[in-house]
Amino acid sequence: MTQPTTARREQLKPPVSQIGVVGWLNANLFNSWYNTAFTIVIAAVLFWLIPPLFRWTFIDSLWFSSSEACRDIDGACWSFIPNNIRFIFFGFFPEGQAWRPALAMFLLLALVIYSKERTRWKKSLGWIWAASLIVMGTLMYGGIFGMPVVETSQWSGLPLTLMLSFFGMVAAYPLGVMLALGRRSKMPAIKTLCVVYIEMIRGVPLISLLFMSSIMFPLFLPEGVTIDKVLRAQIAIILFTAAYIAEVVRGGLQAMPRGQYEAADSLGLTYNQTMRLIILPQALKIVIPPTVGILLSAFKDTSLVVIIALYDVLKTTKVALSNPKWTGYSTEGYIFLALLYFIFCYAMSSYSRRLEKEFDTGH
Amino acid sequence: MNQNEIPISPNLEASAVPFWRDAGKRALVFQILAILIVGGASYYLYSNTQTNLERQSIATGFGFLEKEASFEIAESLINYSAADTYARALLVGTLNTLKVSFIGIILTTLLGGLIGIAKLSSNWLIAKLAGGFIELMQNIPVLLQLFFWYAIFYESFPSPRQALNPFTGVFLCNRGLIFAIPEAHSAYVAMGWIFLVVLIVGWFLNRWGYRRQELTGQAFPALRLTAAAAILLPLFAWALYGAPTAMNIPELRGFNFQGGITVSPEFSALLLGLVLYTSAFVAEIVRAGIQSIGRGQIEAAKAIGLRPGQVLHLVVLPQALRVIIPPLTSQMLNLTKNSTLAIAIGYADFVAVTNTTINQTGQAIEGVALIMVVYLFFSLTTSVFMNWYNKRMALVER
Repeated sequence: MTQPTTARREQLKPPVSQIGVVGWLNANLFNSWYNTAFTIVIAAVLFWLIPPLFRWTFIDSLWFSSSEACRDIDGACWSFIPNNIRFIFFGFFPEGQAWRPALAMFLLLALVIYSKERTRWKKSLGWIWAASLIVMGTLMYGGIFGMPVVETSQWSGLPLTLMLSFFGMVAAYPLGVMLALGRRSKMPAIKTLCVVYIEMIRGVPLISLLFMSSIMFPLFLPEGVTIDKVLRAQIAIILFTAAYIAEVVRGGLQAMPRGQYEAADSLGLTYNQTMRLIILPQALKIVIPPTVGILLSAFKDTSLVVIIALYDVLKTTKVALSNPKWTGYSTEGYIFLALLYFIFCYAMSSYSRRLEKEFDTGH
Repeated sequence: MNQNEIPISPNLEASAVPFWRDAGKRALVFQILAILIVGGASYYLYSNTQTNLERQSIATGFGFLEKEASFEIAESLINYSAADTYARALLVGTLNTLKVSFIGIILTTLLGGLIGIAKLSSNWLIAKLAGGFIELMQNIPVLLQLFFWYAIFYESFPSPRQALNPFTGVFLCNRGLIFAIPEAHSAYVAMGWIFLVVLIVGWFLNRWGYRRQELTGQAFPALRLTAAAAILLPLFAWALYGAPTAMNIPELRGFNFQGGITVSPEFSALLLGLVLYTSAFVAEIVRAGIQSIGRGQIEAAKAIGLRPGQVLHLVVLPQALRVIIPPLTSQMLNLTKNSTLAIAIGYADFVAVTNTTINQTGQAIEGVALIMVVYLFFSLTTSVFMNWYNKRMALVER
């Protein structure tokens, strides 16, 4: 073998079919005869489907017009949304007071976004949350500072959805962890109670619990005592979600090696200390992805309160659509709502992916 | 650890340990307390309920099941009229729930499997489309999807007079999907029986083929033979019966269609919503299951000379199914439980019928209890069956 001379070391470019756009196309769209066929068929379907959809959505559509103007067009009538946005978002909250739920929601979202960074998870953040929740409650209910009282029966739209899902998740999580610990407990009575609870709740649909809260629960209470309808639905959602969280957390607890328990025992830690300092921090960490899955479905499932006639954001949209002026624009209304839910859910799942990465200590 | 073995000073005997330091006694106290609290709360609620029921003079017990229901149900698999009893109305609801769940589960498994495989495709376009579908469907509440599809049916589709007619014999309008079916003929009954017999014979043939292959090493093409027989024999019977081709074609009479088969908009919207939503979750499960198989397994299978079909059938699927089946079961149960949302779009499933019953009789406790018992029964039977299947698959492991 001869040593290559400098002249011979002249760089040869890779063939044009393997780099750049052509290379990418070859590798990803036309890498075999059947993939080529698939690509062509799908591209044809997309070319047939997308232009009319695009026309309907953007070109032939109206965005800010009256309902009468919408009757003459072929495209989407997005005007439904700006014309009804107040009702969709705030429902029956009294006219002129809409700034209160808007401010409360803004506060909630701002706090959630602020709490995203793990470096800010300190004791003071807990106090900030407690104070803000009181402020939000005051904003919604009123009664002081000259704000007229708004009964919970008038709380509707997006604030109701956010409230049901936020408290549903926040209260269900610790309850679920306790149920999971109870199911793993060595005390037979506690274990049986937890198993029966978890399996029963997981075996029935959420609707049956909501029915129970709305039509059966009033029968349980002594005469003259009533519990607010929204609160009853909230409790049903919490109890339902907790059972599912318990099963996920149990998975995490089972994945903990015995050595962890034994090491904690040999250090002389009590049961509470073992759980709080050794087991739960690790177990809860490994079940972040399924936990977020449960929380996401809890968020989506709050829309089921439509069936027991609570006015969450889905119900207010339906009511707005039943206005004779705007009938026939359900597609537009539901697409808007779907977008709203999608943004919330997508934000949550991408945050969980980030959290998972941050918590990953690599062992 | 045994406390007695630890040498302790004689004046500190076991009885001197205060009971709150003794884990065994503490546990006993805890459990008694828990039982007392739960029992007390139950008794309190029970006695309240009794007084309330007496005060509002609501009947108790399941006697109402024998009474006349006096409400109509739009679609039913069995004969039903308003003069029938509540028990029969509830049976109609149960069958409707089973119908939508059964068809839904089959379609979801097929679609979910297909999309899960598509997401792993080396074709960029297919993989991205599958990924987009999964993200979109998973992040929108299923109830909203049901409302959307139902709205498409009753708002965007024309009245029967202007029904869309994409293929001959198929009509789409706001009364649902109407399509032609072959006119009833004894030939079809014979074809059905022959098909069934071929499947049963094929199953035994397949088992025999496996056993022979294990003993002698000679493969027997049982699957291909069965498939060919399942297609050709019924066709042969059809020709023998004089090859009937008459169709029961839907016709527009007055304001609606007569003849053919009508799939109601409620059922279609419910089925479509449930299938699309659940198949997104199934797709992720299938993808994870396939990805759980190491490349080495497939390479090894190819190295010992298996054909691609055999690689899939003998190596990939048995292992992937073991990962896929447990989460798949819970998705199937989710679909069944989500079918209760039928009530929101007016499909007469079990919950919708029970709700009407509760409204008419006022017997909320019995109604809600019925719902819970029926769905617990569905859940438990499904999980028992799936656990059995799962165990069978798991036994393959050594």
